[in-house]
Amino acid sequence: MATNGLYLVGLGLGDAMDVSLKGLELIKRADTVFLEDYTSILTDCSLDDLEVLYGSKVEALDRVAVEDGAVILDAAGKGVCAFLVVGDPLCATTHTDLMLRARELRLEVHIIHGASILTAAPSLLGLQHYKFGRTTTLAYPEGDYFPTSPYDVIADNLERGLHTMVLLDIQTDRSRYMSAKEGLNLLLEMESRVGKGSLDPDTLVCVVARAGSAEPFVRCDTLGALKHMEMCGPPHTLIIPGKLHFLEAEALVELASAPESILE
Amino acid sequence: MGRKEDNIRKAQALMTKVDMIRNIGIAAHIDHGKTTLSDNLIAGAGMMSEDLAGKQLLLDYDEQEQARGITINAANASMVHDFKGAEYLINLIDTPGHVDFGGDVTRAMRAVDGAIVVVCAVEGIMPQTETVIRQAIKEKVKPILFVNKVDRLINELKVTPEQMQERFMKVIGRVNDLIQRIVPEEFRGVWGVKVDDGSVAFGSAYHNWATSVPFMKETGISFKEIYDYCANDNQKELAKRAPIHQVLLDMTIDHMPNPIEAQKYRIPHIWHGDKESEVGKSMVSCSNKGPIAMMITKIIMDPHAGEVAIGRLFSGSIMRGQELRIIGMPNKNRVQQLSLAVGGDRIAVEKLEAGNIVAVTGLKDAIAGSTATSDPDMAGFEKIVHVSDPVVTKAVEAKHTRDLPKLVEVLRSIAKADPSIVIEINQETGEHLMSGMGELHLEITEYRISKEYGVEINTSAPIVVYREGVEKASPRTFEGKSPNKHNRFYFIVEPLDDYLVDAINSGELQSEGKIKDPKQVGRVLQDLGMSKDMAKGIRLIHNKNMFLDRTKGIQYLYETMELCLQAFKEAMDGSPLAREKAMTMKVMLMDAKLHEDSIHRGPAQIIPAVRNGIFGAIAEAGRILLEPRQKVFITVPMDQMGGATREIQSRRAVIEDMTQDRDTTTIVAKAPVAEMFGFASAIRGTTGGRALWSTEFDGYERVPREIQEKVVGQIRTRKGLKPEPYPASYFSST
Repeated sequence: MATNGLYLVGLGLGDAMDVSLKGLELIKRADTVFLEDYTSILTDCSLDDLEVLYGSKVEALDRVAVEDGAVILDAAGKGVCAFLVVGDPLCATTHTDLMLRARELRLEVHIIHGASILTAAPSLLGLQHYKFGRTTTLAYPEGDYFPTSPYDVIADNLERGLHTMVLLDIQTDRSRYMSAKEGLNLLLEMESRVGKGSLDPDTLVCVVARAGSAEPFVRCDTLGALKHMEMCGPPHTLIIPGKLHFLEAEALVELASAPESILE
Repeated sequence: MGRKEDNIRKAQALMTKVDMIRNIGIAAHIDHGKTTLSDNLIAGAGMMSEDLAGKQLLLDYDEQEQARGITINAANASMVHDFKGAEYLINLIDTPGHVDFGGDVTRAMRAVDGAIVVVCAVEGIMPQTETVIRQAIKEKVKPILFVNKVDRLINELKVTPEQMQERFMKVIGRVNDLIQRIVPEEFRGVWGVKVDDGSVAFGSAYHNWATSVPFMKETGISFKEIYDYCANDNQKELAKRAPIHQVLLDMTIDHMPNPIEAQKYRIPHIWHGDKESEVGKSMVSCSNKGPIAMMITKIIMDPHAGEVAIGRLFSGSIMRGQELRIIGMPNKNRVQQLSLAVGGDRIAVEKLEAGNIVAVTGLKDAIAGSTATSDPDMAGFEKIVHVSDPVVTKAVEAKHTRDLPKLVEVLRSIAKADPSIVIEINQETGEHLMSGMGELHLEITEYRISKEYGVEINTSAPIVVYREGVEKASPRTFEGKSPNKHNRFYFIVEPLDDYLVDAINSGELQSEGKIKDPKQVGRVLQDLGMSKDMAKGIRLIHNKNMFLDRTKGIQYLYETMELCLQAFKEAMDGSPLAREKAMTMKVMLMDAKLHEDSIHRGPAQIIPAVRNGIFGAIAEAGRILLEPRQKVFITVPMDQMGGATREIQSRRAVIEDMTQDRDTTTIVAKAPVAEMFGFASAIRGTTGGRALWSTEFDGYERVPREIQEKVVGQIRTRKGLKPEPYPASYFSST
């Protein structure tokens, strides 16, 4: 029997069935169920699918409502509040603040983990998690706002022989999901603005799309080649590999159709 | 063929002889008679019928201007005049005298090399006389003096010849004092007006006569004779013996520089591009062979030709069909028509040459103040410094909804022709807001919209444009958090130091925009007295508010700065007291803490965080409301003085000075613009229409403490906000 409080539940990737059993049990028993609707999306599943599976109402919250937090904290004070997040609830999100505010109110706070793109993408490619440097995200530019720090992160990782996980902007409110193609073009634009020469059309890049779904798309090729490749729908993720271990190279060729030249 | 046509032919020929050209303006305090003077000069030079002059007010060709009897637009005209056996071409620009239209005066000065300053002998030097002299000298435009309405001195005030001399000396003395105080070093002791050398003339524009010392010597007409002509009511005869156009145009040719002389020293002053470039050299030498460089000082609407750009051609020759670029605009514009302006007539020509004031159609991207050129690399002219900001706003809507698209077009066109009119769209209500220099300025613009452009409109009651300021430095850094709470910004806001405000006002510091070269501007700031540490943080100046980055070595701040500046601009455009624009605030970013990944510090996070930080700091620094004030000058017969004084005093005005001269009193007062609405009819009522008055913008001052809350409440209610502004704590909790 769960006690009142805030439960941050990771839904994993793919579809409704990715949630853990522990998570599912908790959701079924919860008094209120919220879905955080803006940092990521489940690839093969709608809100209705979730409601059918849980047998309860799920209320989607946008960024303003989550950041304000009042409805969530209120529900967690009165009963069992399940706060559902696609992936793992505290990976690549800013929900730490919500957790801290709940604790400040002396509410119980629990985390129920889910699979994350941060581990799923390397697994699909056969890349070793030990060899990743800092993660970065490409944001849609807005007017004069054109952040280039993702490029610096990649350049830095490459210099140290480390892989870079490059997450791509998701704007559910505007129904925009950055594609690998858009991301690669942005990287080239950053290259021309910053100009350290870390990236060019020959740079090896991996794309993972719809990780966690029944048919994820996995490909490794040069940046120039991938830029023109047709891919499936969102979400997409990029990985810029650093120095490859021989098993990583073999896996990329086998799993992601990488050019065999990388084996040498 | 009449004299007029003959003269037009001569004018076309003279256009190419640059040393025979003079470009002049006439400037004066309102009602001192400059439009009458312009008309008589043009008539005398054979460009209009002599009988009409003085009655028709040719330059006042706006129906509006004729109805009100004041000049609103600076129109232009070219004249041919004989001087010592040679023919000269004089290009004349008439400038408005009403200070509501001050922007026009400054722009007109850019086009000319000399100015005839007209002073009424009865009223003497008035505040706007000083203003126009300052404007002229600021543009390195040489002033000469015409003392007007001498006949009234004799016939109405019945002064003796000795008293008359005394008055003249007083006027001349004050003009020279002012010139010597502000004249550029190179002309100190050189510029100035002297009776003996003929750079001063006396006369009556209305009665069409004038005289000067050289003229008296040449013709033998003595002062005594002139006095008698006036006293004996025989000015018609005098006008035949001493015609005003002859005396004044002689004086102009004799004392004003030709464009070759003038451009040598004026170009380095008004244009800060590369002096060694082809266009630079060509402008300094006023060459008709170099690249085209035209400074557009005015756009007028011609019912047939559409928008006509009028300005000074400093270099090159413009031909019909040529393609020119307006600096700052992406596309080329094709020159459609070229013309010579003669009062209301525009005479089409094929070619216009450097050194002239020209009128061009087809430059659809041009606005008053822009530069047209054939050289893609040319730098624009120095920004014309506006003396005043718009202080009164009205909401404008089309009477018939179907006219809305047309109204949008018309408003755009109006703002192009008169940059002192500012059009904005209220983002919340979608209504068009039109701001101008005063109530009269807006009334005239409304009249134009309905009569000239044929769009019927409704307007709201006028609203004062307030500004917000801070009382003192905020006592501590104020923390603004992003909605996701992963980014924090720390601000201090304080009043912008006086020396920085002065530097912005004088043009030493740019008044607007992003700082492109912070190192260079930082050095300027250091020279002005700012510490090195602070000066190097200069990033943006907006509405005379300064943003300084005082942080050190914060990772990723560089890519967040653009958003910080955007938020700063928004905060300055609508401040926390009443969502009015901020003025002269110094906003300092003291520290920042940022999320590692740029996705969690995008616009939706940073803009609210910075806004909250700035608003909180402003609230803690003590919010004050600033209101525009006007200097009000009222001249009224003694027996009406009581009424006039009561009227002005009922408007929160402070009377600064009151002087008496025989039976007239001049009152100088300072009053808030908010209290001056409806003053025109009120003062007419209380004084039986016998008061002459004018106003001048006098900057912003703090709204008295005891009424601030009430005024703020009214503004906020009008804007649909709750009457009380939020406390500082509101900006740290959200």
